[in-house]
Amino acid sequence: MLAYIGYGALWLAFVLSLYAIGAAVYGALNNRFEWVESARRAAVLTWPMLLLTAGSIIALLVTNQFQVEYVASVTSRAMPMYLKITALWGGQAGSLVFWSLLMTTFGSAVMLRSWERDREFLPWVIVVTMVTLAFFIGLNLFVENPFARLWATMDGQVIKAVFQPQGAMPFTPRDGNGLNPLLRHPGMIAHPPMLYAGFVAFVIPYAFAMAALITNRTDARWIRLTRRWSLAAWLFLSLGLILGMRWSYDVLGWGGYWGWDPVEVSALLPWLTGTAFLHSVMIQEKEGLLKHWNMVLIILTYALVIFGTFLTRSGVLSSVHAFAQSAIGPLFFAFIGITFALSLFLLMRRWQDLKSDLRIESLLSREALFTFNNMIFVGVTLVAFWGVIFPILSELVTGQKVTVGPPFYEKATGPLFGLLLLLMGIAPLSAWGYASAKRLGKLLLVPAAFAVVTVAALLVAGIRSLWALVGFGLVAFVGYIVAEEFVRGVRARMRRGESLPVAAYRLIVRNRRRYGGYIVHLGVILMALGIIGTHFFASETQATIPEGGKITLGRYAMTYDALQQFFAPDGRHVARAIVTVYKDGQPVAEVHPRRDFYLDSQQPMTIPGVRSTWLDDFYVILVDWQPISVEGATFKVYHQPLVGWIWIGGLVFIVGTLVAVWPEPDPEERTTARKKPARTRRGRPLPRSARA
Amino acid sequence: MNKRQLWYALGLVVVLVLALGAFPGVTAHAADPTPTPVITDDQVNAVAHTLYCPVCENTPLDVCGTQACAQWRELIRQQLQQGWTVEQIQQYFVDNYGARVLAAPPRKGFWWLAYVVPPLIILAGLYILYRSLKQWYHPRQATTEAAAPRADAAAPAEDGAQDEYLRRMEEELHRRS
Repeated sequence: MLAYIGYGALWLAFVLSLYAIGAAVYGALNNRFEWVESARRAAVLTWPMLLLTAGSIIALLVTNQFQVEYVASVTSRAMPMYLKITALWGGQAGSLVFWSLLMTTFGSAVMLRSWERDREFLPWVIVVTMVTLAFFIGLNLFVENPFARLWATMDGQVIKAVFQPQGAMPFTPRDGNGLNPLLRHPGMIAHPPMLYAGFVAFVIPYAFAMAALITNRTDARWIRLTRRWSLAAWLFLSLGLILGMRWSYDVLGWGGYWGWDPVEVSALLPWLTGTAFLHSVMIQEKEGLLKHWNMVLIILTYALVIFGTFLTRSGVLSSVHAFAQSAIGPLFFAFIGITFALSLFLLMRRWQDLKSDLRIESLLSREALFTFNNMIFVGVTLVAFWGVIFPILSELVTGQKVTVGPPFYEKATGPLFGLLLLLMGIAPLSAWGYASAKRLGKLLLVPAAFAVVTVAALLVAGIRSLWALVGFGLVAFVGYIVAEEFVRGVRARMRRGESLPVAAYRLIVRNRRRYGGYIVHLGVILMALGIIGTHFFASETQATIPEGGKITLGRYAMTYDALQQFFAPDGRHVARAIVTVYKDGQPVAEVHPRRDFYLDSQQPMTIPGVRSTWLDDFYVILVDWQPISVEGATFKVYHQPLVGWIWIGGLVFIVGTLVAVWPEPDPEERTTARKKPARTRRGRPLPRSARA
Repeated sequence: MNKRQLWYALGLVVVLVLALGAFPGVTAHAADPTPTPVITDDQVNAVAHTLYCPVCENTPLDVCGTQACAQWRELIRQQLQQGWTVEQIQQYFVDNYGARVLAAPPRKGFWWLAYVVPPLIILAGLYILYRSLKQWYHPRQATTEAAAPRADAAAPAEDGAQDEYLRRMEEELHRRS
């Protein structure tokens, strides 16, 4: 019954989204605003429908309705409640419903805003959001139905279908397969939703951009309207990426946080173009320039968002044959192709209208440096995109799969990321319009000297790796500039009698965008510190030792004290080692690396034991164990210097984005609000006709 | 020993050498009295790190937790004991499981494209940048160079002392005090 309710709601959402598209187009083309209004209501109505759909799936999941194929494939009786709920996005069909739910949530939020000033955008925003929504709902209805049930046929086969096939009997397995062990982690609560929210939220600025192209509003209004949406999308995507890195570090048991896996890279791609977009829209807002470029960036971001979902959902990564066999792959491919071609067509049609008389007076001006920054971001995107699609191309052309792993990405993108870091330091010191080398050089002198002193100190401390020294030098250079920005601002306020906390607080809240941006830069610097530390100075060793045995790695050592084995109530067999960590001969921590064996899916998981400080992590993995302790256990240990700064930097990064995204009245709305309309005695605004 | 006996002895030596050469395992044991070298886990992992699991999705061989990967690591240990070089071990895996076991595509044939395209992208980007700047760049004339930069509240001016934002902030604070 529950399955049929969800299925019906999904169909209703599909019909509503199609109606909204038709009514919006008809209303816009015939100047019939009542049709557009009707389309808006239909679009908003998709939200409760999809909420009901997702709610039905969750209800099926938590009540162990294993007769539903999706429930049987992603849950089992032993799974804890929170994982049963998060299984909504743990499998193909459910994750597509979740995508649609987010799309309608963001779309409805946009529909419910006041459209008085931007009425011409409304029908086209409805069309773009609802076309995207209808596509995803269509995938669920026609290809990956989360409500399909299991049926036993007369010849003993178990098939899946929504309605009872002739002669088949309902089939309910005693237990489900359970969620993939990799996904059984508290990170499952936040990481996929954040990533998906980032993906989906970028549809909103794209929808406004298309509306601006269709209606030929070539000013920066669409950018101002969607600035917070872009920032929110970027915030979600950044959070998703950072949480994914942490999850990888905590769960995958390989001592790392970023493996340049195609799935990781596909989530990074829209983040890169989104970051370039967030920077370049400032130029259009301030100078009315780079209008084409901003359109290109948001079109690319939208295409990469769908491409990222396509890569992870189509099976193309495992094999092009899997892609060809699944119906979802070609549909995604067609959707990306059509929307990309249509977007480019609209852009070409308005090419002349978007032209602006771009004049760069100095190659060191802020707009010039932002242009360089954008070129590098897009360069990294294209190179990383090439790395992702090359294995697919290789399989198509040569019939052989190849791996494009860290050696490729690190060599191809490393120098570009270094350049971006350098520009991040220089650009904020440069002025809009005109900047002379002499003046800029004067401003850069002290930070450069600080960087040189830092490098010299590191040399004295014994660091000899050239690229590590370059990296640390860059971090010092940019860090000094960002810190100086805050110190100057706070000092100026303190000179007027404000206390330090008040001055710092007011400095930030009076110009959230600027100082939010600087806080984000600070986060990037801290993360860079961690990346340099782990990339150039990490060490590892592996050995098999008996109980009481010892492994030494640099200044650290660990002893294997005991092994505990037990069955956990959630269906795991746990082998847990008790390990004492020593630094310089002194015991500093006890950690518990373990191996969990999931009985339902028959898969092992390696959970590390980690001793973390702000300086470094000592990371222990129980590679194998011997039940009778004759040979003891095999441990792999990693020393990860400065890795903690990646998480601290990530936190600072998110705080900075939150500061920048915090709601403030639209400056244009504020200007309008000053010219208060005539009001009645009760304070209600007079109708337009009365005002006239 | 006469000359003929000398020839017989030499012939025997040649036959023995050739016979032992046909059985390298025998040669190794017979000719090398030193025990089989002990290969540490770290040496195995250093090689396994350059390879990817032939059956898993994008998992380096040194960290792969499957039983199959444990056996492949054991194979690497044996190959190292037999004196194989890293390149020979990599080639063995490529021959048996395909080029996907390498962390990056081999530099031959179609796969060269993997390495050629990124620099081409960078070069194309530089060319586009050059063309764009040629069109957009209009350096300020010497007479106007001394003029003050455009006032901009959201950006610092060039000279720290004349920071426009700070100036405006101080004005605002002054008005409030």
